[in-house]
Amino acid sequence: MNIIKQLFGGNSRQFGMIFALVALIAFFQVKTDGLILTPDNVINLMNGYSYILILAIGMVLVIIAGHIDLSVGSVAAFVGIVVALSMRDWGLPWYLGIVVGLLLGAAIGAWQGFFVAYVGIPAFIVTLAGMLLFRGANQLFGKSLTIPVPKEFQSIGAGYLPEIGPNTGYNNLTLLIGFIGVAALVWGELRSRKRAVALGSDVKPFWVTVVKVVVFAAVILYVTYLFATGRPGTSFPIPGIILGVLVLVYGFISSRTTIGRHVYAVGGNRHAAALSGVKSKRTDFLVMLNMSMLAGLAGMIFVARANASGPSDGVGWELDAIAAVFIGGAAVTGGVGTVMGSMIGGLVMAVLNNGLQLLGVGSDWTQIIKGLVLLAAVVFDVYNKSQGKPSFIGFMMKKLGGNNSNPDLEVAEPLKGTIKTDA
Amino acid sequence: MEGVSIMVSANPVILEMRSITKEFPGVKALSEVSITVHASEIHSICGENGAGKSTLMKVLSGVYPFGSYQGDIVFQNSVCEFKDIRASENAGIVIIHQELALIPELSITENIFLGNEPTRFGVINWAEARMRTMELMARVGLNEDPDTPVKEIGVGKQQLVEIAKALNKSVKLLILDEPTAALNESDSQHLLDLIRGLKSKGISCIMISHKLNEIEQVSDSITIIRDGKSIETLDVKADGVDEDRIIRGMVGRTLESRFPDHTPKIGEIFFEVKDWTVGHPQISDRLVCKGSNFNVRRGEIVGIAGLMGAGRTELARSIFGRSYGNYISGQIFKDGKEITMRNVPAAIKHGLGYVTEDRKTLGLNLLDDIKTTTVSANLGAISNNTVVDRDKEYSVAEGYRKQLRTKAPTVDEGVGKLSGGNQQKVVLAKWMFTDPDLLILDEPTRGIDVGAKYEIYGIIQELANQGKGVIVISSELPELLGISDRIYTIFEGAITGVLDKNQASQESLMKRMTAATKSA
Repeated sequence: MNIIKQLFGGNSRQFGMIFALVALIAFFQVKTDGLILTPDNVINLMNGYSYILILAIGMVLVIIAGHIDLSVGSVAAFVGIVVALSMRDWGLPWYLGIVVGLLLGAAIGAWQGFFVAYVGIPAFIVTLAGMLLFRGANQLFGKSLTIPVPKEFQSIGAGYLPEIGPNTGYNNLTLLIGFIGVAALVWGELRSRKRAVALGSDVKPFWVTVVKVVVFAAVILYVTYLFATGRPGTSFPIPGIILGVLVLVYGFISSRTTIGRHVYAVGGNRHAAALSGVKSKRTDFLVMLNMSMLAGLAGMIFVARANASGPSDGVGWELDAIAAVFIGGAAVTGGVGTVMGSMIGGLVMAVLNNGLQLLGVGSDWTQIIKGLVLLAAVVFDVYNKSQGKPSFIGFMMKKLGGNNSNPDLEVAEPLKGTIKTDA
Repeated sequence: MEGVSIMVSANPVILEMRSITKEFPGVKALSEVSITVHASEIHSICGENGAGKSTLMKVLSGVYPFGSYQGDIVFQNSVCEFKDIRASENAGIVIIHQELALIPELSITENIFLGNEPTRFGVINWAEARMRTMELMARVGLNEDPDTPVKEIGVGKQQLVEIAKALNKSVKLLILDEPTAALNESDSQHLLDLIRGLKSKGISCIMISHKLNEIEQVSDSITIIRDGKSIETLDVKADGVDEDRIIRGMVGRTLESRFPDHTPKIGEIFFEVKDWTVGHPQISDRLVCKGSNFNVRRGEIVGIAGLMGAGRTELARSIFGRSYGNYISGQIFKDGKEITMRNVPAAIKHGLGYVTEDRKTLGLNLLDDIKTTTVSANLGAISNNTVVDRDKEYSVAEGYRKQLRTKAPTVDEGVGKLSGGNQQKVVLAKWMFTDPDLLILDEPTRGIDVGAKYEIYGIIQELANQGKGVIVISSELPELLGISDRIYTIFEGAITGVLDKNQASQESLMKRMTAATKSA
């Protein structure tokens, strides 16, 4: 177990989920006689879930900040229909349609963020209202009809990387992305090693780095191979590219920038953050704004893939996105969660869905199983925490009347230290 | 001492707590504490904050169950082994806490009968409950509709509802923890009269209060607790007890050398607060700071002494970017110029830092590690265009860890795993990294063991030596006397005096902290 921990680092929930994902894929691979890891299926999976994963990116930030957003499905649907109308009826070109969609998403986010951050209404309520509001708006604007979108616009949801360069039998651009991925992996690992050495913090043994790079590179290359060998005309899908860019950007923002730090600080302890000079209201506002903007993007990708915007787009998406985030290790109380974790959580749900479908399991059982997986993931986490927190050794020390190793006990009693123990 | 009070009192003994010892990991909160309460007596317990009064009452009322302490509780001639609050209530001991245990949305009747509803075949008999509520209300002198939600009546009346609730449980011994802390003069008087009335009906009362004039006024006997030990029991009438006598008992301890040597290098006044008046955040007509004036000189450690609830924290936080209460009036001058700080970022920009008294809920994100906490109030200094430079972050945090000798394997350690003293060092590091001109420390050594305290004092003195102003708010008078160059006293939101280090004594401070009128 220790070796695994050294390889993946991070929290137990996260690498637990990586294992769950691998195990799940292996299970379905055997059960479906290799159907799950075929190029076509992997491409389908990416196409069919990229918008949920995009929502999960926004959702994890919302949940880290201690809020929730139930309106994302309705917002996506509303943005989708407005964009479709803007292109069909107002004659906007497809690229301006996208701009309109993003702006509208941001505007909706500002509306919801205003109530959450500055009026102080719980996000649950604001977004529950939003869920009704924007679903109704979608049906009002679209007159409950389906509105088609132009061909160029469809490429953001159903397009693939084009074939360029020499005929290698693979999709060249997909290969290129794969190679860049491997190079980035090697570079990143070496850099973090160098950094650890320079700072004198824990340096992992060299073999750990090597094994890690080899394992991950193999995974990347295998996935690249799958995407590069799809049916003619298919390759790595455009929504996947958008998702990848967003994961990189938001992963960076959440872990490396001041605004990202503020989100964690506000979610971890709002009062402490405020007393450290974090503008917590502004942070709440931005997080909600960002969520609706990404919901708008997800809506547009879905519309593009479906060729048309309809009145029941996005129904239930919020639940998929929230489930992905919690399976991915976020805490209901806020302050904990990662973009990468949510992606893994989302993939667990996606593979589960897809695998059960391939096995011919009906939606009844699929939903039951998904529900149980969500519950199990969070139970696992809570159990781990309850086991881990007062460590076994600390517990024994307490029983033995040993030194005060549990800091929780120290301030719990209103002693304020005036009592001297006449040592 | 107990012997004396037994002899002068004609009434039989109702409660005897014999040699109560209660230990928490690492600290002895109570050590061989004994008190004796007679029937129909008002018995006050006096002591400084943290002396062990509340712990003693928690032992008595079963909050700390039998078995978690040593010693005997003898109530009405039988040894009691309360396993929880319910058990002590069944015996007739009811405690009314400082924070009232009423449910604001429920009516007076519902609150009085909460958990004790009169039922017929499992259905609540509201008519009976209402009738009995009327009777109880008459006994405590409360004239309200019993259906009024508790949130709609004032704090004073809520206190009466609590007492009515206790009477409903056929109380024999009532424990009141700071009953008048939140009440105004007339409500307090009404409450004290009521307690005296109950006494004449045979209900004994144990009262904990910081308001010594009230104690003097109503008590029959007083037990003084200091450092977890019962020091003496005074018979108010026979011993001719007055406030000075109580104060002497409360603080009469020898000072140990608990402070590093320090020669202050005090400069000019650079920070000044004038006529600072702030309203309570929820209760619109209540003031938490009343026209406070004070100043801080460069290199000076200024103490603020006041009892809990006197408005120390409120003063500090309202100055620190108005992070508490509603600003009403007042000015702040720094280096001769008036400054306005409407929010915390502005306060930090103007060179202020505030270390809260409540580390767990207001000071730390316990999910964070040392390095993120250290830089969290000054992220700008370690980032370029909002991108955090993690190398810089690490080395800054590591620098403070070494300088302050924070005990942790690396700065990647979670702050939740650190002891109180080390957590406090991380918080201090966080504020030191903002390079403040004025650092306000609210109970900087709360929940910290003696060794770490000494180190924290050293850090405070070092900051002052760098020419910064430091304000230390503390409930511990010896601490203030040991570390401050000058001490302001505060009582009910108003500053009642200022004493230089060499003029100040525990007695002179306590006097100014307990009664504004008597400060000379």
